[in-house]
Amino acid sequence: MLAGMAFYTLAAVAVVAALGVVSSRNPVHSVLFLILTFFTAAGLFVLIGAEFLAMLLVVVYVGAVAVLFLFVVMMLDVDFVELRQGFLNYLPLGALIALVLLGQIGLVASAVLQNQAVQLNPDATAQLAATNAEAVGSVLYTRYVLVFQLSGLVLFVAMIGAIVLTLRSRVGVKKQSVSRQVGRRRQDAVGLKDVRPGQGLG
Amino acid sequence: MAGFVAEFGVLWGTLLAVAQVLAVMVMLLLTLAFILLFDRKVWAAVQMRKGPNVVGPFGLLQSFADFFKFVFKEIVIPAGANKTVFILAPLMTLVLAFAAWAVVPIAPGWVISDLNVGILYLFAISSLGVYGIIMGGWASNSKYPFLGSLRSAAQMVSYEVSIGFVIITVLLLVGSMNLTAIVSNQADGVWAWHAFAWPTVFVMFPMFVIFFISALAETNRPPFDLPEAESELVAGYQVEYSSTPYLLFMIGEYLNIVLMCAMIAILFLGGWHPPWGPIESAPLPGWAVPIAGFLVLYAKIWFVFFLFAMVKAIVPRYRYDQLMRLGWKVFLPTALAAVIAVGAYRVHEVAAARAAPAAIMEMTGG
Repeated sequence: MLAGMAFYTLAAVAVVAALGVVSSRNPVHSVLFLILTFFTAAGLFVLIGAEFLAMLLVVVYVGAVAVLFLFVVMMLDVDFVELRQGFLNYLPLGALIALVLLGQIGLVASAVLQNQAVQLNPDATAQLAATNAEAVGSVLYTRYVLVFQLSGLVLFVAMIGAIVLTLRSRVGVKKQSVSRQVGRRRQDAVGLKDVRPGQGLG
Repeated sequence: MAGFVAEFGVLWGTLLAVAQVLAVMVMLLLTLAFILLFDRKVWAAVQMRKGPNVVGPFGLLQSFADFFKFVFKEIVIPAGANKTVFILAPLMTLVLAFAAWAVVPIAPGWVISDLNVGILYLFAISSLGVYGIIMGGWASNSKYPFLGSLRSAAQMVSYEVSIGFVIITVLLLVGSMNLTAIVSNQADGVWAWHAFAWPTVFVMFPMFVIFFISALAETNRPPFDLPEAESELVAGYQVEYSSTPYLLFMIGEYLNIVLMCAMIAILFLGGWHPPWGPIESAPLPGWAVPIAGFLVLYAKIWFVFFLFAMVKAIVPRYRYDQLMRLGWKVFLPTALAAVIAVGAYRVHEVAAARAAPAAIMEMTGG
């Protein structure tokens, strides 16, 4: 009963928040609604026993990605009223995508109803007794190790690409060199001069 | 605690669980009141002042006086502020700060929720703490709060990375993400504590130091209190806040500091185990073991907080570029190298443990 209540609360909040993402006028509110959606999705993960994935969702998406989203949306001075002019033009496309997603969920649901989804990955089901992280790790680092490494490589390339695209080296910028600063000794910087009165250091 | 509903029925089980949560919260708030005073007293002592000494004996009730002062003031909301987000921000900070304590084991067997992924939960919740600050700074609709909150967000996101890697080194050593398991792994006295355990001490002691410094940055404590550097930004993201919302921000901030102290004590300093051995081996009756364990952990938390307070008193504030350099160019590579080193050590250790029985079998068989 408690699990059912938790599920319906979380699901309702997720749907309302997702609606808020697309319908709120203020872009910052949109991002905040997006964060709420992520958070409730993590709650749903916990309910089905995937607590490891739930925590990763919160750490990666809510804790890092959405922070950057929020940053950008707050800093950019975009005229959002103008941006939203053709908002409703996207409705047919959005509805199409939503229909396709709904169809896919329906397919999975009907398969589960006919008890055909039990033939899951045998490696994963063998690990059901172990903890979440162990089950994920034992499949990820054995059977899917190549795909896992390749996706890591893709991310790495994307990261380098982002740096290359945004890096600009300006000339004439004074940078602090900590090693030079620390390595400076008294005799390099200070000298004792015997100054005669009225003559200066010439 | 999970068994309460099964054991006592829905009504009494839920009530008991709520009572337990409330007990932890009251304990935390009381601790907070005195730790705040302790912070100010240490600061004052370093500067040869007396610190708060008027309210109550030795100023013991100062925090309560401050509390009532904040609560009885008028709540001022700036005209240009985004009202909902403005009020939501301090609430979020407070709720998240309390939520993190749900998985912290405060004594052997005393934990509200003994999650398998406890340390990840702590990491996730503390990474959410940045939202309260960004939302507060943005909703104030004013320059200094916004600049302060941007600084703070960048700072917290940067130092979370190195905190994450340091946590990974501890996880590698323990082989579990459960906080109780992490404490049990350090039962055998001070030389089993992760900060000092042989032979990983060469890696783990620097990790302990990195975690401590990153914790200072993560909680916006001096010398990394740039989000509220009063000489540059008035008071950072809190400029427009007054009365109770400001109080909520302060409570959330200090709760996070105490949480970081508790995390240092649990991850590196043996949790509730005293320096000479496991708490269970102490000559105590069974019912007293959790209480003694709680007191040991409590003492460690206060000790780590004393270090936090001393740092605040004696270290000058960092410049912002120095802060970023320290986080990204010093701590991150060091922590990454440490993860590789500890990982290699663990692989070697596990392989040796597996090979040892086989070798004995061979010897006896041959």
